[in-house]
Amino acid sequence: MTDRTVLSELDILRALKRIAHEILEANSGPENLLIVGIPTRGAPLAERISKILKEIEPGHSFESGVLDITLYRDDQDAASRQLGHTSIPVSGVHDKTVVLVDDVLFSGRTIRAALDALTEFGRPRQVKLAVLVDRGHRELPIRPDFVGKNLPTAISEHVAVNLVEIDGVDQVVISE
Amino acid sequence: MPIILKNLTLADGSRSDIRIEGDTIVEMGTISGSGIDCDSLIGLPGFVDPHTHLREPGFEASETVLSGSRAAAAGGYTAVCAMANTLPVADTAEIVDAVLDAGAEAGYCQVQPIGAVTNDLAGKQLSEISQMHQSRANVKMFSDDGICVSDPALMQEALAQVKVFGGVIAQHAQDPERTQGAQMNAGALAIELGLTGWPRLAEEDIIARDALLAEQTGARLHICHLTTAGGVEVVRWAKQRGITITAEVTPHHLLLTEELVRSYDPVYKVNPPLRTDADTKALIAGVLDGTIDVLGTDHAPHSAEKKEAEWGHAAFGMLGLETAASILHQVLAGTGSLTWQLFEQLISSRPAALTGLSDHGQLAVGRKANITVFNPHEDLAASTISQSLSSNNPYAGMVFKGRVQHTLYNGIFTVRDQKLQELK
Amino acid sequence: MKHLVSIKDLNIDSAISLLASSQELALVNQRQVKKLPTLRGKTVVNLFYENSTRTRISFEIAAKRLSADVINFDASTSSLSKGESLKDTALTLEALGADVIVMRHPMSGAAQRLASSDWIRGSVINAGDGSHEHPTQALLDALTMQQRLDLGSNFKGLKVLIVGDILHSRVARSNIFLLKLLGAEVSVAGPETLVPIEISKLGVTVHHDFDQALADQPNVVMMLRVQAERMSKDLFPSASSYVKFWSLGGHRLAGLGPEVVIMHPGPMNRGFEISAEAADDPRSAVLQQVTNGLAVRMAVLQTTLSGGN
Ligand SMILES: [Zn+2]
Repeated sequence: MTDRTVLSELDILRALKRIAHEILEANSGPENLLIVGIPTRGAPLAERISKILKEIEPGHSFESGVLDITLYRDDQDAASRQLGHTSIPVSGVHDKTVVLVDDVLFSGRTIRAALDALTEFGRPRQVKLAVLVDRGHRELPIRPDFVGKNLPTAISEHVAVNLVEIDGVDQVVISE
Repeated sequence: MPIILKNLTLADGSRSDIRIEGDTIVEMGTISGSGIDCDSLIGLPGFVDPHTHLREPGFEASETVLSGSRAAAAGGYTAVCAMANTLPVADTAEIVDAVLDAGAEAGYCQVQPIGAVTNDLAGKQLSEISQMHQSRANVKMFSDDGICVSDPALMQEALAQVKVFGGVIAQHAQDPERTQGAQMNAGALAIELGLTGWPRLAEEDIIARDALLAEQTGARLHICHLTTAGGVEVVRWAKQRGITITAEVTPHHLLLTEELVRSYDPVYKVNPPLRTDADTKALIAGVLDGTIDVLGTDHAPHSAEKKEAEWGHAAFGMLGLETAASILHQVLAGTGSLTWQLFEQLISSRPAALTGLSDHGQLAVGRKANITVFNPHEDLAASTISQSLSSNNPYAGMVFKGRVQHTLYNGIFTVRDQKLQELK
Repeated sequence: MKHLVSIKDLNIDSAISLLASSQELALVNQRQVKKLPTLRGKTVVNLFYENSTRTRISFEIAAKRLSADVINFDASTSSLSKGESLKDTALTLEALGADVIVMRHPMSGAAQRLASSDWIRGSVINAGDGSHEHPTQALLDALTMQQRLDLGSNFKGLKVLIVGDILHSRVARSNIFLLKLLGAEVSVAGPETLVPIEISKLGVTVHHDFDQALADQPNVVMMLRVQAERMSKDLFPSASSYVKFWSLGGHRLAGLGPEVVIMHPGPMNRGFEISAEAADDPRSAVLQQVTNGLAVRMAVLQTTLSGGN
């Protein structure tokens, strides 16, 4: 088993900053944005992106939320999962640009489930996807709008995103 | 052609060969000539079970006289006493004679019918006790086993009747009033499991009452399947008082405890119920000090549908014949006080005396060749037992020390080299 | 977790996790869109050998909210099951493709018997077995306590008093097992015939005087339903003396602190074990218990049906 660190703490910070800038650019400004993290590690990433956005646009408040997708997965038989917390701001998703945030984009099934889960809260104007790492091997026609790092991997490899809020350290590691 | 068993160790520790001609032991001691080598094996009088349920007539899907006698032979038994709770109940001379004949026809062991104490086990009026005694089956032991003879007047009358010919009443001690709907031993575990408890007192005070009735009548009283520490004490007291009382314990009450009920697997549902660790210890102490006289299997086969059910719906009872000797050996060995003499008394000579089976229970020249050769060096995996028609075996997965090597019934091998023989 | 037949199937982590999932589902249930796709294509059978419309409906709505197909098999009246053994009914349900059997049965241990048999491949959820257990009731009660008293996952120091026929109550047993697991202190109160002293071996304090039990200042007072069918038996006091000694109302209600939570598993016998006044008191959590029942049963269904069984 060999571990390879592919993103350091600094790399992650840079990637998130770049994503934040790209979000503003694509949205032509800070209006009507809602950053929604997918648990577990998408949630702190969404919070960090909101914070960076605030630093870029200090006069503006950015809303963020958390969207648990456990009940919407298409692989209920595969693993037993405790439900995560969902919190969408009271102003809702209607007519907003929702940016879904996750740590790793792989098969695309999580995002499919997230799109279903989001529907229950209303009809966003558009939905974008931001991921820290895109490791390929998609099984569904889903593509990210904002990517921290494209990371070609073998299917047998394991990509672990560690974040200070959960794991005590910021790093992305590939192991065999 | 005579059979010679060579180099047996007898219960008293002495070494002996045994020569059998026809159905009789004709010579013991050192015998010249070759034979079946039994070096390091124990030669015992054939085992006698005072308490078996053969289920025929009436419940032939669970067991028949033939299948039950095969199981008995496999377990080293040369005689079994068949309980009366068949359908019809063994409460007349005709029925006990029919069971006797079925046993002779099967040929694997002597099948001695036990007569019912009351008609149809209803506890209302006494059965044809003296006719059953005078029948070909020559019944000497009577029991309503499965049900308690709870009416004291009736019990006293039954004792008085069997006293006339030296018979014995075998009591299933269970006060029906206090065990209505009872499912397991009463106590903290029953409360935890939400099952109706079976108070130990409901067993113990029947034993005490009947001991006093036996004293009053001077008749012989036998207590079936003792299960509680208190019951052992009552019997001990009665014996000290000089009352003619004998007591029996089953292999399962020596070995298993109520903890097994946690599984709600009805294979552990039995009447009387499995009790606690303290009770098994008291029972073993009673065996060692002679308070408990005999081992009785209470072999109680039930067809699958009676056990493949909810605990509350399932029937009471477990298999016992094929594992009893191995369990007794293991339990006695576990105390560190195993003697082959005590083993022989518990499983052969005392039950033979209790039930009046004079062709069993003793190895001597001139007597019927009813012999069991026990191998204390090899294990018995309980899951391998196979002779009963039923499979309610609570010991599956367990392995016991010691097993039956050969069984000879009236000079014929029913088990040879651990294999049940097919008789013509 | 493949089956939930007893609280003993849980450890502290899985219990807390189930409660957390239930809490999330309680929030989901407040949304406009109440249908979730989680159990699409799964078949849930409610196999009830005892009538209990409340529990059956709760499981039915829970399963339907998760998009499962639900079949109600009322074995207490169904001609389909007349005289049929549990084994044969189970084999039939297995052949019909049941993924979960939710079973209510009058005999203790029936759910465990089914779960440990090889008659079915699916999951078993115990919806009450005899006097033994009713695990989803205990979970919904614990969830209600968490919400009312803002406990989070810390039940240490919580004092719960359960009052009534403890001996025959599956609700009491499951609550005792779960609350003890979570670290709460449990005491029970009732007449000696219905609260035998051996119950203390379950790790609870036994009272035979309601007022003395209340003097210990429990945070939660849980009243058990009096089973009318038991009233005829001599272990039960007369109706009027039961009300006098064991009913929650009048001076006992007045004496309860403002933060005390009154609970009852329902259906209530108003004016009997609980006064109408107590049932409708703001401190009563009875309807919240019903609402939480739905969330807990959804969580249990989701948990037993996921996890690569
Ligand atoms: Zn008996």
